[in-house]
Amino acid sequence: MNNVTMKPPGQSGALYWIRENLFSSKLNTVISAICIYLLVKFTIAVVDWGILNAVFAADSTACKAASGACWGIISEKYQLIVFGTYPRDEQWRPLVAMVWFVGLIGCSLHRSFWKLWLIPLWTGSLIGLGVLMWGGVLGLSYVENTQWGGLPLTLLLAVVGTVAAFPLGILLALGRQSELPLIRIWCVAFIELVRGVPLISVLFMASVMFPLFLPEGVTIDKLLRAQVGIILFTAAYLAEVFRGGLQALPKGQYEAASAMGLTYWQTMRVVIMPQALRIVIPPTVNSFISTFKDTSLVLIIGLFDLLATAKVAITDPSWRAFYVEAYIFVAAIYFVFCYSMASYANNLETDLRKGEQH
Amino acid sequence: MKSLKLIVGGVIAATAALSTVAMAGDTVDSIKKKGYVQCGVNTALTGFSAPTSEGKWEGLDVELCQAIAAAILGDKTKTKYTPLTAAQRFTALQSKEVDVLTRNTTWTLSRDTKVGLNFVGVNFYDGQGFMVAKESGIDSAEGLDGATVCIEPGTTTELNLADYFRSKGMSFEPVVIESATEAVQTFFSGRCDVYTTDASGLASYRQTASNPDDFVVLPDIISKEPLGPAVRHGDEQFADIVRWTHIAMLEAEEKGITSANVDAVRKDSKDPSIQRMLGTTEGMGEALGLSEDWAYNIIKQVGNYGESYDRNVKAKLGLERGLNALWTNGGLMYPAPIR
Repeated sequence: MNNVTMKPPGQSGALYWIRENLFSSKLNTVISAICIYLLVKFTIAVVDWGILNAVFAADSTACKAASGACWGIISEKYQLIVFGTYPRDEQWRPLVAMVWFVGLIGCSLHRSFWKLWLIPLWTGSLIGLGVLMWGGVLGLSYVENTQWGGLPLTLLLAVVGTVAAFPLGILLALGRQSELPLIRIWCVAFIELVRGVPLISVLFMASVMFPLFLPEGVTIDKLLRAQVGIILFTAAYLAEVFRGGLQALPKGQYEAASAMGLTYWQTMRVVIMPQALRIVIPPTVNSFISTFKDTSLVLIIGLFDLLATAKVAITDPSWRAFYVEAYIFVAAIYFVFCYSMASYANNLETDLRKGEQH
Repeated sequence: MKSLKLIVGGVIAATAALSTVAMAGDTVDSIKKKGYVQCGVNTALTGFSAPTSEGKWEGLDVELCQAIAAAILGDKTKTKYTPLTAAQRFTALQSKEVDVLTRNTTWTLSRDTKVGLNFVGVNFYDGQGFMVAKESGIDSAEGLDGATVCIEPGTTTELNLADYFRSKGMSFEPVVIESATEAVQTFFSGRCDVYTTDASGLASYRQTASNPDDFVVLPDIISKEPLGPAVRHGDEQFADIVRWTHIAMLEAEEKGITSANVDAVRKDSKDPSIQRMLGTTEGMGEALGLSEDWAYNIIKQVGNYGESYDRNVKAKLGLERGLNALWTNGGLMYPAPIR
């Protein structure tokens, strides 16, 4: 604590801050007063509606009589919203799988874990998660993936989508910069084609058109088709993110590497990629957040992600009037996930910038 | 939505081009081999097919699917459900992702021909109706001249409405609202005089009002929506099984056979038509390529049509039988004879 700044007496503390920032002039005082009034009014209304007059018991008649929110719909339907149609007695399995998954992602995001053994850890975990979700071995009953739904499905589509798109995106980005014209043309064509259409049409193609082109009697699982669609879509966007990283590196880095006699792959692996990937971490996380939210589009092809299960929950006639509460619940879950990812990206950015400040 | 329509149109054309003639009996063999019936159901339509809070599928269409499993495999639990959106449903059937569509699909000429479906019956007669506030005093659609109507855009509902008012020489003022849930809330708040959609929908939405008795559903029905199960072109045996599964449920109701009394009836009944249906007199099961107790299994495990209707549509939507009553009670449900 060497650089403590001393302030003149009477110019510190909460009161000083308030006087200085909120009521420094007549106009500021008026604006502040209006804002505080609105804020208080709004808070009272929200507390009134959301807590004081709210009904928390799963009783739709009590809900209809109450003037406040009906959180009873959440008490009644939370299992359907969070886990979809997964058999109720087995719902500990997707719960464990989710905690494991989130833990795994948490670990992978920490710098001290950025080692090579992360790859076998992920492979092992994905197999373990598959066993947990599908079952059929180790005394677990078999649950086919048409019964999966809710938050586990959203996480699965988003995380597998991003993780699998990551290497594909790197290859596409490298291919786009390649000196071999055929590879370059293919990569550019793929990236531009996929980026040129909305995700909803990719999913629509995967679910409605694609099965018609398969030979007689061959069907590919609906979830798998959607997952592949999301992977390809995310890969095209990540490729452009990575290209940004590659182009940000000074040409000298490439030239120095070839001067040392490194081959193309050596150059990429030890010189270019470590630097380029570090630069693009914030936009990559950004892309992950958007993939996470985009997965809600799978409801148009009849997969029950988190948003779709909430919509299913409010088709029940006795609860249909309380759709606002159900959407608030789902929005809160999305917010927790997206906000943690955004904060992580911010922290990481600050962390990485420390290295540049010397 | 125009582009979506184009895509769907393209898909339907492609489906028709690609639809190959399946070998008769294919579907039944594959169902027996895999040990379950795969049904395409609605993603969520209470009373027809929707997951409960426990995540179990329930509804009139779901029970028809269970009845098919009971007839073929002798066990109604041997079913799997694929939730399908309206755009997906025909492809899913064509590409053999599902064996049968039990997904409130309206029977139309083009679907029965170009799209390559075979509709094998009608398990629910729906139609577009009107709901008004009770205090308006309106008791018939004839009294709706000049009314403001809450509707969702881009649906056949909107077209039917316009047709109806034009044919009666009446005028109306549309209030177009994108989602059904919001349209209904707007209607409840008094912004419109009338809300219109399919009658089954009206009944279920009425239940969501804070006081359902403030609103009435008018008796007039202005469009025909016969909803029924559909199978692929080209597999006559499976089409027959689905058709007669539905008929057996109706016939059981007509003869007063329920899941509770079917054992006693099978033992005691001297009525030859009941004996034929329940397999005491052999021949019917064999004709369908099933065991002789196919109909007994349906009734014992699932119940007759009336039981299924009461359990789902009536209990959950509060909808009376109306057109869906047996012909003996003034409805349209008329089972063909099992002989």
